[in-house]
Amino acid sequence: MPVSALIIALLLVFQGPTLRWGGDAEGGAPFVEADPADASRVRGFDVEVAETIARGLGRRAQFVQVQWASIDQSVERGDFAIGMSGVEDTQTRRARHSVTVPYFEFREVLAVRPEDAGRWRSLADLKGRRVATLGATMAYDLLLATKNLIPISYDDDVHPYSDLAAGRVDAVLLDHIIAERALKRGQGVRTFVIQPQAVATGYYVAVLAKADSALRDSVNTVLVAAMRDGTLEQIYRRWDVWDEAQGELFGRIDCVSGTQCAVSGTASLRTAHGAPLTPYLPSLARAALITILLSLLSMAMAVVVGLMLASGRVYGGRFTRALTTVYIEIVRGTPLLLQLFVIYYGLAGVVRLPAFLAAILALGLNYAAYEAEIYRGALEAVPSPQLEAARTLGFSEVQILRLVRGPQALRYALAPMTNDFVALLKDSSLVSVITVVELTKQTAIYATNVGSWIVPGLLCAVVYLAMSLPLARLARRFERRWSTT
Amino acid sequence: MSTLLRIADLGVRYGARDVLLGLSLEVQRGEIVALMGPSGVGKTTALRVIAALQPFHAGQIEVDGFALEPGPVPPQSRLTRLRRHVGLVFQAHALFDHLSAKDNVTLALRHVLGKTDAEADTLARELLGSLDVGRRADALPRQLSGGEAQRVAIARALALDPALLLLDEPTAALDPARRGALSATLKGLAGGGRGLLVATHDSEFAKGTADRVVALTA
Repeated sequence: MPVSALIIALLLVFQGPTLRWGGDAEGGAPFVEADPADASRVRGFDVEVAETIARGLGRRAQFVQVQWASIDQSVERGDFAIGMSGVEDTQTRRARHSVTVPYFEFREVLAVRPEDAGRWRSLADLKGRRVATLGATMAYDLLLATKNLIPISYDDDVHPYSDLAAGRVDAVLLDHIIAERALKRGQGVRTFVIQPQAVATGYYVAVLAKADSALRDSVNTVLVAAMRDGTLEQIYRRWDVWDEAQGELFGRIDCVSGTQCAVSGTASLRTAHGAPLTPYLPSLARAALITILLSLLSMAMAVVVGLMLASGRVYGGRFTRALTTVYIEIVRGTPLLLQLFVIYYGLAGVVRLPAFLAAILALGLNYAAYEAEIYRGALEAVPSPQLEAARTLGFSEVQILRLVRGPQALRYALAPMTNDFVALLKDSSLVSVITVVELTKQTAIYATNVGSWIVPGLLCAVVYLAMSLPLARLARRFERRWSTT
Repeated sequence: MSTLLRIADLGVRYGARDVLLGLSLEVQRGEIVALMGPSGVGKTTALRVIAALQPFHAGQIEVDGFALEPGPVPPQSRLTRLRRHVGLVFQAHALFDHLSAKDNVTLALRHVLGKTDAEADTLARELLGSLDVGRRADALPRQLSGGEAQRVAIARALALDPALLLLDEPTAALDPARRGALSATLKGLAGGGRGLLVATHDSEFAKGTADRVVALTA
């Protein structure tokens, strides 16, 4: 074993220095995707651009998987030297990091169902409509900036189009590459059309740490050379993303040296919304409200269903007991995330639930299993002689539950219930995977746009604590008050 | 005197073990009968069977004209008459922990007998007062002494005005002075025309209180 390890180490050394670059293979083709022939490798036009850069720098490209929304933070942390895979050129990004020259021009295009193609041609036509896109992108900001339109944020670029076909959203605004890929995925079934008029134009860039401006200049030199000698064009043609706009972009880039590169005559870069915090406060407040509403409604459902399940376990016959036990064990034994996906996407063929309702259902049904066990324990903790005493006094079983067992069980259950509610409040952040923008998701969008987690993270933590600390206090009060009974 | 409780050849079995075999006894109105015997002989079981809290497999039980048959305990809905006639005071009192002494008494008055809150309140205060715990009406069970809790438990059992009162080891947690007071209380209840069946292993208390003693042997 030590010999083979030595051989591998030597091979790595002789392969030369590496250039670690970060991207998100979940984004898929044509950017970065797992190679179908060898899942340990990635392929895509961004992969080839990264390899071109590495070659130009005399290094070997090494891919590092990173969540798309975290590329900026990861590159600044030093997880890798360059971040790519559809990274947009924004002023905020330029201000906070070292950014290369644009190497690809994309258009934000609107996709609508074929029957709506005639009436919804631009964002202005979509007043009061639900328009989907990826969170924390230029497209999302465009939607936020458009009045009287409901932006729906997704974590991936597949479900916006499937939800468009399913009627859950009315339009999708995304990069033309993503839209065209979604069309191809339909394999001839035209579930949507792409409006020819682009809503906006943007650029993909590579992002480096602020301190890495020297490396950025070298990368710029390599990129511009690859534009001039046709390397990039060959790559883009191979991945079927070449168009005239790319040639025009390459012509506009004027580099005296790697440091002094300018793009002439291009559309203005997206600007972050003014000051870092104030424009986001209304959406943060709205997201906090959604978190509270979602948690309250889910908890109410968990309590009702939990009571039914606990009653089934305590009072039911053998069949009911078995059924409720199976439910509780399955729900507690599988991830909430999985349950969210199943209820929202898995059941979409049978019943098309609105995202907020699906979120309440998933959280409510999940927590019901935990509540049921709390209530069962609480019901069984009421001393049986008291129940027998109630029977000798002529109470019916329902009366015993309502007047004797229930009120005492409630006292035993209140503290753990309150703790569960605090946990639910935080677990509600998971529902962003099914497009509900709650507090954590809104914070992530805000953090990505301002390029830092410090202020958004602190603000988000303060809001969560403002909601959860009083509840934790309440739980302790319940415990103190009834601990001696 | 008329017969309130008649038990003939009662047999109770836990699995293959006979807990009670061939027990026969009667309790008349106005009479206190002590059911005596060492621990584990089946005194508590006998009371529980009479109160229809557990089944018996042989014999007959008749409470003021209401017959209990061997076999499973009938559903609560078919025991309404028995419940009105039989009160049971548990050894550990089994008071409802979440309710005050007074509310322990009013609960059945309001929800079983359908009395108004005001009527139930007055009756409960009278009952607690007659048992010398009127001033503890608003105390929670955990705030009561053993003797007070027992008197509240008796008051609760008397709320439905049962003709037959069953008491399980009533002197277990009482000092000698309290035993004397309890004896007087029970005699007063019997004097009012009730029949009392008291399970106890306290022979002195039995001799001083009961009109008759039925001995159970292992």
